[in-house]
Amino acid sequence: MYKYDQYDQEMVDTRVAEFRDQTRRRLEGHLTEEQFRPLRLQNGLYLQLHAYMLRVAVPYGTLSSAQMRMLGDIADKYDRGYGHFPTRQNIQYNWIKLEDAPDILADLASVEMHAIQTSGNCIRNISSDQYAGSAADELIDPRPYAELLRQWSSFHPEFLALPRKFKIAVIASKTDRAAMKLHDIGIEIVRNDKGEIGAAFYVGGGMGRTPMIAPLIREFVPLDQLITYSEACLRVYNRYGRRDNKYKARIKILVHELGKEEYTRQVEEEFTHLLTQGIEPPLAELERIKTYFVDPPFDLDAADELDRSDPDFALWVDNNCAPHKQKGYIIATVSLKPAGGIPGDASADQIRLMANLAKEYSFDELRVTHAQNIVYPHVRKADLHALWQKLEDAGLGTANLDSIGDIIACPGLDYCSLANARSIPVAQKISERFAAQDRLDQIGELKLKISGCINACGHHHAGHIGILGVDRKGTENYQLLLGGCEGADTSLGQITGPGFSEDGIVDAVEKATGVYLANKQEGERFLDTYRRIGMTPFKEAIYG
Amino acid sequence: MVETQFRFRDDEPVADPAVTVDAFGDQTNAAAVRLEPGDDARDLLPYLDRLRLVEVNFPAWTDGRGYSAARVLREAGYAGELRAVGDVLIDQLSHLRRCGFDSFAPQAALDPADADAAFNRWPDVYQATGDGRPAIWAKRHGNGANG
Amino acid sequence: MKILTGNDLKTGAVTWWDGSSWSLHVEDAVDVGEHSETIIAEEEAARRVISAYAIDATVTAEGVRPAHIKDRIRALGPTVRPDLTLKPSDPNAGNWVI
Repeated sequence: MYKYDQYDQEMVDTRVAEFRDQTRRRLEGHLTEEQFRPLRLQNGLYLQLHAYMLRVAVPYGTLSSAQMRMLGDIADKYDRGYGHFPTRQNIQYNWIKLEDAPDILADLASVEMHAIQTSGNCIRNISSDQYAGSAADELIDPRPYAELLRQWSSFHPEFLALPRKFKIAVIASKTDRAAMKLHDIGIEIVRNDKGEIGAAFYVGGGMGRTPMIAPLIREFVPLDQLITYSEACLRVYNRYGRRDNKYKARIKILVHELGKEEYTRQVEEEFTHLLTQGIEPPLAELERIKTYFVDPPFDLDAADELDRSDPDFALWVDNNCAPHKQKGYIIATVSLKPAGGIPGDASADQIRLMANLAKEYSFDELRVTHAQNIVYPHVRKADLHALWQKLEDAGLGTANLDSIGDIIACPGLDYCSLANARSIPVAQKISERFAAQDRLDQIGELKLKISGCINACGHHHAGHIGILGVDRKGTENYQLLLGGCEGADTSLGQITGPGFSEDGIVDAVEKATGVYLANKQEGERFLDTYRRIGMTPFKEAIYG
Repeated sequence: MVETQFRFRDDEPVADPAVTVDAFGDQTNAAAVRLEPGDDARDLLPYLDRLRLVEVNFPAWTDGRGYSAARVLREAGYAGELRAVGDVLIDQLSHLRRCGFDSFAPQAALDPADADAAFNRWPDVYQATGDGRPAIWAKRHGNGANG
Repeated sequence: MKILTGNDLKTGAVTWWDGSSWSLHVEDAVDVGEHSETIIAEEEAARRVISAYAIDATVTAEGVRPAHIKDRIRALGPTVRPDLTLKPSDPNAGNWVI
């Protein structure tokens, strides 16, 4: 994985010094809260319901065991013994003190980490495929391109006061595991007819109040123009994105209002101009970055067989593991979704244990997923049982990946100052209701996503089943959506009808799964059945 | 008129008051213009030869259109004074400088020591923005000149 | 009644205006009547509180009760982590929120 050189280290160290100075000026009264707020947000520091919250970047989801261990130590030293992995390939701490924040950033910088631009109206942490560099189906590792973009977007002086936040994802597989088309810019690394590698740009996707799927605006940007093209996309947005209404300020609205053709025309015009400005790093820089992402020293003779005689282990393998590009290896996912648990939460001890196991079993590497789970990207099949056993012993062996128990949920009204309703208790009740293994097996793949408000941090639009919490005259109320999906066949969920109470929504979900089980044909997932039979039978069962 | 607190140029400041973009097109002798966030900096490109001062107004520092306006002008070859005016604060100074601003007239005077620290905050930079500073990638690959 | 709440600048902790300073406990909150704007302006300027706002509340047998669930969650702590609330030893504390 990427290692900082003297320059990268100097940049994060400088940022720590800058934020320490900003914090001092705030505490001494030289900055008003209104002036300080955007500055602390661009260092990931929010004011939430109970305290400050710090969001730490995990660029493109990749972590070393030393970095992961530091995340556990920070949870103990500065927070209340746990961290929360949200949907943005980050980690969040819920109980941070402003006066500690500069020291936390310094601790992070000591392991080549930061909280730069994890909030605010700027280019956010670049996200990617959690299986990057391991997946059997990928064209190439997308992370060097994400790292190139990370450096370009960090402290980019022109783009630190954008109309609104800006999220970029980079993938290089046809299977989109990063919800690429639901980003402000989604980049897919592709090979063209001539066999050259380049980037397809999808611009103007997003969730939130007005969910939109990003249209393709250019099929192929050569690799030696990647930064220049990105800069053109951003400049058009910075100049013309709406600033009159916060809710219409994302680039998706600009692309929608201008039309894809006109937005693309303006980008191409800016791009042609910027090509003359010498802003593109040389390909040698990309090659330098790529040297950090070479394969680890795989055992090329590693046995490809798995001993599946332990049924609990076999179940976990079937549910939580994915094929690796290297024979004899496998990708293993740790579910942070035990039945009745808080999705994405991990204790400091669990975080350190996961770090240690990465060192022992996965070439020192972990990944954070947008589905709030942790991945070991390179596990030797011969070691898999030992890894699983240690996870199982620590309560981290839940075998429910992509099932109805593997719920994405935002922190909701238990933690978030924007939320209208609690998300976590709903997730807990649903995962408990469906905890029995035979029910999980019967229902199979079902992505259930819960947001506690319209901002959609829980990705409810993209859930096969989505739940949206709303405030109805001061009480929590939950709307049900069906048919959403991220990935290559991205679709947005449709609301079934009137909302439900907390217990009512759990019953409604159960009824929806009942319709699926009664109607499913051989090989169909919940989503497939819904797409085939439509909303009506579900509505009848839920409201009839 | 608000005083210019920081200026990184040696030439004589323009004494004329800056006029609006609309008025500027008609006044063939005007040398100073003031850009508001909604103005298109590219409208000034035909007049670069007679322009000596462009004021870019930041009614609120969170409106970043002025950063792009500055770069558009510098990329087109504008070499006159580029002044940030309005809600200009300590923590934006180095970014404004990188986009091509070379004078600053904050509506509320800034602490000189804090401003000095801000101007000198970043020993290196990740991007080439045409301000003459070599990007880190240029230094890594043996090109210390502006890439 | 109208009560005032906000967060401590340094620690971020949820606080309630008790008439002369900021308390961690909602039961200390006092009715501020029509004076909320003056108090907020003074206290924010003195950097003793941030993000302060006035809310409706009632006095019940159990003490001061904010009208909205959001402020009751702020007063107690996350309902899903009773151990991290202000009343960790009271297993039924969460019922007060709902």
